[in-house]
Amino acid sequence: MNRSLIVSLSPHIRSDVSVDKIMWSVVWALIPATIGAGYFFGIRAIILIILSIITALISEYICNLIFKREISIFDGSAVITGILLAFNLPPNVPFFIPIIGSFFAIVVVKQLFGGLGYNFLNPALAARAFLVASFPQIMSASYIAPYYGTISGFDAITQATPLTAIRNAKIMDTPRNLEILLDKATSWESLKNLFTGNVGGCLGETSAILLLIGAIYLLIKRYIDYRIPLSYLLTCFILSLFILPIKRFPNYHLFQILSGGLILGAFFMATDYVTSPITKKGRVIFGIGCGILTMLIRHFGGYPEGVSFSILLMNVATPLIERYTRPRVFGKK
Amino acid sequence: MFNFLISKQVKKFSFAGGVHPEENKHFTENSPIEKLPLPKLVYLPLLQHTGKQAKPLLNIGDKVKTGQIIGEADGKISANIHSSISGKVKDLKELPHPLIFGRVLTYVIESDGEDIWDENIKREFVKKEFDSDEIIEKVFKAGIVGLGGAAFPTAVKLSPPKEKVIDTLIINGCECEPYLTNDYRLMIEKPKEIILGALLLKKALEKNNKNIRLIFGIEDNKEKAIGIFDSYKKDYNFEVYTLKTKYPQGAEKQLIKAILKREVPSGGLPFDVGVVVQNVGTAYACYEACYFDKPLFERVITVSGNGIKEKKNLLVRIGTQIKDIVEYCGGYVGEIKKVIMGGPIMGVAIYSEDMPIVKGTTGILFFNEKEVILEKERDCIRCGRCVEVCPMGLLPTELHKFIKRREFDKARDYSLLDCIECGSCAFICPARIKLVQSFKFGKQEIIKKERK
Repeated sequence: MNRSLIVSLSPHIRSDVSVDKIMWSVVWALIPATIGAGYFFGIRAIILIILSIITALISEYICNLIFKREISIFDGSAVITGILLAFNLPPNVPFFIPIIGSFFAIVVVKQLFGGLGYNFLNPALAARAFLVASFPQIMSASYIAPYYGTISGFDAITQATPLTAIRNAKIMDTPRNLEILLDKATSWESLKNLFTGNVGGCLGETSAILLLIGAIYLLIKRYIDYRIPLSYLLTCFILSLFILPIKRFPNYHLFQILSGGLILGAFFMATDYVTSPITKKGRVIFGIGCGILTMLIRHFGGYPEGVSFSILLMNVATPLIERYTRPRVFGKK
Repeated sequence: MFNFLISKQVKKFSFAGGVHPEENKHFTENSPIEKLPLPKLVYLPLLQHTGKQAKPLLNIGDKVKTGQIIGEADGKISANIHSSISGKVKDLKELPHPLIFGRVLTYVIESDGEDIWDENIKREFVKKEFDSDEIIEKVFKAGIVGLGGAAFPTAVKLSPPKEKVIDTLIINGCECEPYLTNDYRLMIEKPKEIILGALLLKKALEKNNKNIRLIFGIEDNKEKAIGIFDSYKKDYNFEVYTLKTKYPQGAEKQLIKAILKREVPSGGLPFDVGVVVQNVGTAYACYEACYFDKPLFERVITVSGNGIKEKKNLLVRIGTQIKDIVEYCGGYVGEIKKVIMGGPIMGVAIYSEDMPIVKGTTGILFFNEKEVILEKERDCIRCGRCVEVCPMGLLPTELHKFIKRREFDKARDYSLLDCIECGSCAFICPARIKLVQSFKFGKQEIIKKERK
């Protein structure tokens, strides 16, 4: 009889969902938006994304060797970081930007803290924050119009992304002009452009529909939990009802949801397993926190957009949230 | 014609958490229970139950009959052991045990090929009334233990402390482990016997309590069994609850919660919420023990897995070696990688086919290279799946982190001792972390510390 039976502790069967399967599924889910980036911003966008992915993989590999860890470039996580970082860059940045950013994301944010599972900040977002702080000029002035539209999506004269246009008008324009601008921004035409992605913005954030295709796939597969995106978006939606009179600007909340990086952030970056809470209640709180911070930054902050900073801030709060949202143990009060 | 409408109206009960592994019951669910031919040798460990080892009664060379007592219960929590064949005591020595780490005093009995049963065992069914004490006595004498796998002495479970008011007896017909169909086949082939056994168990509990509810809990993947039991419920005055097919639906605490919405308190027992849970196989054994004075020396097991040629449900004598079963079932298919005693989620991988079937063996699974996929454990990615599925509301990944850092006090604070080791977390973990192993170790360390 066979003498080489494996003796291991239970369980003897495992679910077929592995880390690699989840990570690669996220990569597939980002493909529609990647194609969209190429469609709206041209081949240059694709080159930026590829540069970012390659740098991420090389950095990951070198770190694996230096830290004597198992080679982890095939698990898909570095590819995700590469894509997401590129998605958060304006389309006209020079080629060295994704290279520096991706290197920073993988080496400093991820591998120096121990690799996948140990980083407390979302690598792509932390790297984006690093780039914004290091190259403010490049990062804020590299937006271009999509091939078939305008930068703002609602006004041919305005040379700024939708959220920036509104903020600039708030600071510099007369209330009368601001109202005209807001009317345009919340028009169906503008919303349609935001929904399809035919506006200026970071590479991968503009097209809500293409991002949602991927997100729905991940939600159906249950690779991401609906709690974070739902509470995040709902919070932004509700808060925007209070900012401007509904009767005057009935679509303002939709404008807020669809513009900037909110859809990308809510479905693909706030849901990052490693940096968001593991408890169900914690995830709801995390989403609400992201929503409040995003709306605060957008309306009162120095930056026109607040998605990445609010997610980063909530990343830091994650251990605390987890501590106070432990589920009730069966049989205990 | 409107069956599908009616079935939709049935309320299905369940608990929070749990997993849905592939059921794989189709291998054997339609195979009627077959009798395994008498083995030539049986190995009967004197410890086949939770509690204290039984005391040996016979010497080497003594003749035994089938069903004769060979080990006597020792202490409050223990059970009698009986010979499962007739013949001669060949040996009595310390031998490896399939489920317990280390060696256990074991009788080796050689068959005389006759299978002469002990004369006290009745061969014909006579309808009779028993009183509570009589039932408990007979169950005790027959060496009956929980046949769902835990092997807790049944007589002890039937004698709850007097101050505990028991109002419900649940007969567990969930069989939530994949592959296993032994309980299902028994429910289909011997429903009346199981019901009579359950009524005996109820009667035994009525010693100190009145008006006990008798409930059968069956998962909804066993429609046929539910139908059969439904048809008897009016005549015998019991209830049938349909439960959602989900692992670990058959775990006592989850079963009670699903049916009665009561939570066994942390550190407590089903007694504390007025409930006793018994497995369907145990009910059947009690029926045999009372009406026939037949001790527990045989049981139904499922033989399954891709690694065995003929997958079956077998009535086997306790102590039969696994290799005899392999031979009867046509041998192996492919390269055999794992032999599992019990279900695939909570069962124990054993290292030799010389191991015997014991009272708590629900099945033997043979896994070949198709089913055994060895994946490397990697670092936790904090996906939270373990938290979602934990039926006890624990944070498995946090507990594992504490145990890895040897912070056992923290693990205790995070309720490690409430873990029922159901393995749902380890099943679902995409990083393939050996969580159950870690928790078993952590619990031992905590208990060790407390003893000091």
